[in-house]
Amino acid sequence: MSLTAPSPARSPLAGLKRLPEFLVIWVPLLLSAGHVVVFTVWTTWISFTPSTLVPAEGWVGLRNYTNVLATRNWKIAFDNLLLFGCGFVILTALVGLALAIILDQRIRGENVLRSIFLYPMAVSFVVTGTVWSWLLNPGMGIQKLVNSWGWESFRFDWLIDRDMAIWTIVIAGIWQSSGFAMALFLAGLRSVEADLIKAAQIDGAGPVRIYTRVILPTLWPIVIAVMVILLQFAIKTFDLVRALTGGGPGIATQLPALVVYDFMFQRGHLGRGSAAAVLMLLTLLGVLLPYGAWKYYQRRRAANV
Amino acid sequence: MSALIIRDLHKRFGNTEVLKGINLDIDSGDFTVLVGPSGCGKSTLLNIIAGLETATAGTIEIGGRVVNAIPPKDRDIAMVFQTYALYPSMTVRQNITFGMECRNIPKPQQDEAVARVARLLQIEPLLARKPAQLSGGQRQRVAMGRALVRDPKLFLFDEPLSNLDAKLRVEMRMEIKQLHARIGTSIVYVTHDQIEAMTMATRIAVMHQGEVQQFADPDTVYNRPANLFVARFMGAPPMNTIQARLEGEPGRPIVVVGQGDTTVKLPAPASIDAKWLGKPVVLGIRPECIAEPTRQFGDGSTPGLTITAPVEMTEPTGAETIVVMRLGGEKVLGRVAPDIRHTNGTTGTFAVDTRKLCLFDPQTERLIA
Amino acid sequence: MFNSGSPFSRAILYAVAILLAIGYLIPLVVVLLNSVRTAEEIAQTSMIGWPRDWAFHNYVAAWADYCIAQTCSGIRPYMLNSALVTLPATLLSTLLGAVAGYAISLWRFKGDTWIFALVTLGVFLPEQMRLIPWTIVLRDVGLTNTLAGLVMIHTIQGMSFTTLFCRNYYVAIPQDLMKAAKIDGAGFFRIFHRIVLPLSPPILIVTVIWQFTHIWNEFLYGVTFTTGTQQPVTAALIALSASVADVPQHGVQSAAVVVAALPTLLVYLFGGRYFVRGLTAGAVK
Repeated sequence: MSLTAPSPARSPLAGLKRLPEFLVIWVPLLLSAGHVVVFTVWTTWISFTPSTLVPAEGWVGLRNYTNVLATRNWKIAFDNLLLFGCGFVILTALVGLALAIILDQRIRGENVLRSIFLYPMAVSFVVTGTVWSWLLNPGMGIQKLVNSWGWESFRFDWLIDRDMAIWTIVIAGIWQSSGFAMALFLAGLRSVEADLIKAAQIDGAGPVRIYTRVILPTLWPIVIAVMVILLQFAIKTFDLVRALTGGGPGIATQLPALVVYDFMFQRGHLGRGSAAAVLMLLTLLGVLLPYGAWKYYQRRRAANV
Repeated sequence: MSALIIRDLHKRFGNTEVLKGINLDIDSGDFTVLVGPSGCGKSTLLNIIAGLETATAGTIEIGGRVVNAIPPKDRDIAMVFQTYALYPSMTVRQNITFGMECRNIPKPQQDEAVARVARLLQIEPLLARKPAQLSGGQRQRVAMGRALVRDPKLFLFDEPLSNLDAKLRVEMRMEIKQLHARIGTSIVYVTHDQIEAMTMATRIAVMHQGEVQQFADPDTVYNRPANLFVARFMGAPPMNTIQARLEGEPGRPIVVVGQGDTTVKLPAPASIDAKWLGKPVVLGIRPECIAEPTRQFGDGSTPGLTITAPVEMTEPTGAETIVVMRLGGEKVLGRVAPDIRHTNGTTGTFAVDTRKLCLFDPQTERLIA
Repeated sequence: MFNSGSPFSRAILYAVAILLAIGYLIPLVVVLLNSVRTAEEIAQTSMIGWPRDWAFHNYVAAWADYCIAQTCSGIRPYMLNSALVTLPATLLSTLLGAVAGYAISLWRFKGDTWIFALVTLGVFLPEQMRLIPWTIVLRDVGLTNTLAGLVMIHTIQGMSFTTLFCRNYYVAIPQDLMKAAKIDGAGFFRIFHRIVLPLSPPILIVTVIWQFTHIWNEFLYGVTFTTGTQQPVTAALIALSASVADVPQHGVQSAAVVVAALPTLLVYLFGGRYFVRGLTAGAVK
């Protein structure tokens, strides 16, 4: 129910009295909402101009886009995104689910364990990347350690392997984000109606069956929400790669976000960089819009029932 | 002087008209109850009176002053809410003085007002507590205290008892009524409970679908309902309303229910217009007007009428027995003394109070006699 | 959910849980240990090992002496930068978000749904789409390569999160409370100050923790909009691990990493359950 103030008094003095209120509400909101809209339009605009080191006038249509899409940098980056996206999202979700199920078993020290699984979320991706770059470094990390134990032929040099390097990012990503997935899944697991589980127990179902047939099926919306959020992380990944591999070896672990930075600030081609940014945005929308539409459709259906 | 005058008030939300021309004239000192089913517009009307919402058309006058453009805090009103709406982070005392703070009333005056109100409502020991530490009844009293301290021209109550359990509700009902008797300020009280309306009001405004169906004292609303809606809404169990015909001659009209051997004839109110003779009407008769054959209605000066009717079911409630019977083929409820036994499927004998029959126009649903 | 099951399966459960916990702790433990090992020792063995000699002086070096990209003053200046950016931006964005969330949820006005939707979109918009515009805006207001510039950016962007959090929290405040306050004569600011703010600590804590973590850990803007000694510690860390010295100073670098990560870890340790609440609140968009 709306609570608009009664019919505005005619005197301008009364309007003036409400000015501080007006400013306090509208200035920050307009700055915040405005910058979202304006910046999006702005960057998109630049992507259609021949800007190089500084924004320039002109219109080049889709030339920047075709240019970007044709570069090897972008192609590798996008392929990596698909690989990384799927690997990271699916594995993080699975690990998170496993952790959540374990914590759901009423074990002692649940709070401590939960803190342990979640703390990686509190540190920066830069810290994560740096630390894992040390751990996975064949010359001084895990491989060196295992070698020094006597297992000379042990190899764990994904970090410098062109084909496997992307998986190092997946590993670091899982370590960082699985706690988040776990937290959401745990909340979901615990919100399943107790009566449902009691009914299943009376029906004679064992714990495994209760999980697979009763609990997990009701968890679907959360699974999808988690995966959408993780996918969003994946598309925007920048810090982690910069810290862990720098995009290398060579450009083997390039991702779209790095390509954008590369074009904009290292090659000095703002037009192409913006185009790459817009492509990133489109990819993101390709994930978020269907999800948003699905949720909207779901809500409508629930309201009509 | 009138405490509140509402003239031709309309309220539209988008394309829906929620209040369709409300006219009410409330005298000073009255206890007016707005009663009706949910969605009838009573809460909206109350919000408009308070100034929390604006009317689309029409005027509101409080204490002789048109207040349409005046904000709530300057309308000289106080409001008590269904959810009490006590400020959770403030003590009871602070809750009561908050309004005075906003109006920059000096501290000594505030303290004096709090003391006065606390004594009146017997909440002195609660002043230092927070709302979360109070029971439902105590919270409601504090909410009333907050309203009382404003010393307004008009008290507005928005379903204040709906959140209380049945026993507490009865207690608080009496407290509010006593309070009104003691301080005498005009009250506008919204509820969906017609028992509250009947027991507390000096006048009841029955609302339905955005219109005032009837605005009169409880006795009139109960015994001479203005239309079928009011007839069926007030009273529990509700008034029986059945199809009938008006026959007889001018001066001796007769209401006839049913056909053939189930026919029942009852004397119609003499005031009925002769033009209704031979036409169909709707007969309204309250369940308590159909009782055991030995019942004497009123002072016994009007001769009673005895009828027989087949009994379908009985519901003993302890204090009485509700009998479901067929009157001229139509299903009708009666209320008989608790020790009378009726067997389902047999025919029972009942006395009818013919003084309180109501007749309604089948088309307009209005009361015709 | 279940605390039954055979002792054997419970044992397996505990074993798995403990192993996993160890796995998650390993990176932290490794870095902590390395931070007190000498560079030579690390070079000889590996990054993973128990300190032979305890090199606590690594922390001193990391703090005050270590050379990062030509400047040899350790990470202290960068930590200071991060603090000078994170604290004001956190407080400002939280305050502005609280007022905005309050206005949107409890005072309806024309266009409030639209504005709120746009503000929330800011949560999703990739930072890449904002790099060039911010560069130009910073230049136009003369805040290029300044901490104030970063504060401005993080405050305005942070409002997307903080408004979302606060608005979702404030919608639960009953309308009757607002009605009573208006009848009592309280206006916009008094209601916020006397009624809404006292009810806000839970969401404010969540918001502050979330913003602090988010802004302290942020890298892209730090590295794009500031250079050299103006950079926040995240950018310094990248420069640090990229630095080439005769002998790789992994011990000191590890100490630097520990110091850099300490603030947000401490916030996490002390605010743990609010942290989780922030996560779940942010996810339920």
